[in-house]
Amino acid sequence: MSHQALPRPSFNAPDPERVSKAKLRVETKPVPLLQGKVSEVPDTIFATAMRLCGFAVVGLLGLIVYELVRGSQLSWHAFGWKFFAQSDWNPVEESFGALPFIYGTIVSSLLALIIAVPLSVGVAVFITEMCPVRLKGILSFLTELLAAIPSVIYGLWAIFILVPLLRAYVQPVLGQTLSWTGLFTGPPYGVGMLAAGVILAIMIIPIISSITREVMTVVPQHQREAALALGATRWEMIRIGVLRNARAGIVGAVILGLGRALGETMAVTMVIGNRPEIAKSLFAPGYTMASVLANEFSEATGNIYTSALIEIGLALFFVTIVVNALARFMVWSVTRGQPAKTIA
Amino acid sequence: MTDHLMTGLAVLTVALVLLPLIAIFAYVIYRGIGSINWAFLTQTPKPVGETGGGMANAIAGSVVILGIASLLGVPLGIGAGIYLAEYGRNRYGDTVRFVSDVLNGVPSIVIGVVAFGLVVVRQGHFSALAGGVALAIMMIPTIARTTEQMLLLVPQQIREAAYGLGVSRWRTTLSITLRTATSGVITGVMLAFARVAGETAPLLFTTLGNTFWNWKIDQPTAALSLQIYTYALSPFDDWHRQAWAGSLVLIVLIVGAVTAVRIAVRRGTLAGA
Repeated sequence: MSHQALPRPSFNAPDPERVSKAKLRVETKPVPLLQGKVSEVPDTIFATAMRLCGFAVVGLLGLIVYELVRGSQLSWHAFGWKFFAQSDWNPVEESFGALPFIYGTIVSSLLALIIAVPLSVGVAVFITEMCPVRLKGILSFLTELLAAIPSVIYGLWAIFILVPLLRAYVQPVLGQTLSWTGLFTGPPYGVGMLAAGVILAIMIIPIISSITREVMTVVPQHQREAALALGATRWEMIRIGVLRNARAGIVGAVILGLGRALGETMAVTMVIGNRPEIAKSLFAPGYTMASVLANEFSEATGNIYTSALIEIGLALFFVTIVVNALARFMVWSVTRGQPAKTIA
Repeated sequence: MTDHLMTGLAVLTVALVLLPLIAIFAYVIYRGIGSINWAFLTQTPKPVGETGGGMANAIAGSVVILGIASLLGVPLGIGAGIYLAEYGRNRYGDTVRFVSDVLNGVPSIVIGVVAFGLVVVRQGHFSALAGGVALAIMMIPTIARTTEQMLLLVPQQIREAAYGLGVSRWRTTLSITLRTATSGVITGVMLAFARVAGETAPLLFTTLGNTFWNWKIDQPTAALSLQIYTYALSPFDDWHRQAWAGSLVLIVLIVGAVTAVRIAVRRGTLAGA
């Protein structure tokens, strides 16, 4: 009789687990809560349309590459790699070399970086670490306002204010004190490489300083506290605790600024002097890749002339893409995991 | 000691950066207000060398070109943003994200060359449409990325609540998610708009410019920024005066459009509620 004490499986009663599952299934039987038919068709259509929009962005890039490659075929077949090593630009004899423009683009951009980087990092340090809270918003708004001014207005201002200033005050002083370097020789025209570098610097300060600021904000607070706890002064704290940790991101910001400077057109075209020659002196007029496109593209006569200009555009396109990709990667290596703010 | 020195240096850099900003604004306002008059706002340019005339056709042209650019760029940009936020949390989405960042860095003059090849060469002549296409290409990546970020800020629970009520996915995206993020999305659109509104380089060989009235979108059209560029490089004092006036109008146009939308969003007339 001891067997009766054991639980005896009953074959008639249903398994309790199965019962609850079955009941659950019954309860969750799809009941349309909204009126009308529930169909997957509109959903599919919508998803497809949105996907198309997304992939259109990729298509757009493909289209850009295609147009540039197609347009530059003629020049590529005529000159090959020599195009980028030759400094003769003569539309009349249809002899084209892009070297003076490449040189001008690189020199004006580097000059801009030399001026802009210390200033932008200084502004970023001041805004994130030193500035009273009340000023913070106003200052970052003002520096971002610089980014909203159209390029052509920078150019206009540079022609009428900056260039005369450079000609009257800055260039004579530089010429007297630093002419031995060979960089500041020749007549002070005002317009030229120096003016282009200065106006570019003013234009890229907002982007470098806003990204530097962003990178510095994501440096963990305890890094600062640790430095201060070890007896560091405020500057030592900024140097050791903040700048060192944000290093890669700041380099990224600088490279992003370089990308901006390389492609900047209007303001540079208006003050650089537009002469396709390679000169060591920064007082001398120069020419950049973007400026030659702006000045000569709509007036280019002959297929090979147009094609040579498009090839310059293609080169500019590739250089800025490589520079930008590098910069994004470096900024990302610091801000990764943090919600990145808009980088417009 | 070093500490004070460095603080001083930082303050100095701020002053050096603010100096050109204030100088530019002060000059545009000072010269612009001095040069602007009724003729400037209502007349077309006078022939070379004659004083007087204005930029009315260029102001209208800019509005038309920006209208075309917004019509083309805004829906596509927002669509791409929706894709990235709602469907693109995968490898394909990452590709689109990377490509739009790359597109953002392409120099505007190169976009102009492409629009020339795409529209001007095929059509056979310069047109407002070509300029609009160039500017639209520049607007799309900015709009797509900001729309994505704004949609991602909308809490996942809100979407789930809608699904739980049996609302279909596309209705949820359009009427719930996008609606909630409206003010952010509009801010992104205005950012893109402000960025292209003053662009000159992509218009140089797409819309070309025009000294007369033109309302046809397949004809060369005047644009404010182009006119400023031409006048700034001219040797005539009266044209320089008009270039300053044009700059003031352009800045007022950009700042005005952006603030108007900001205020509208804050007041709630456009915000989803």
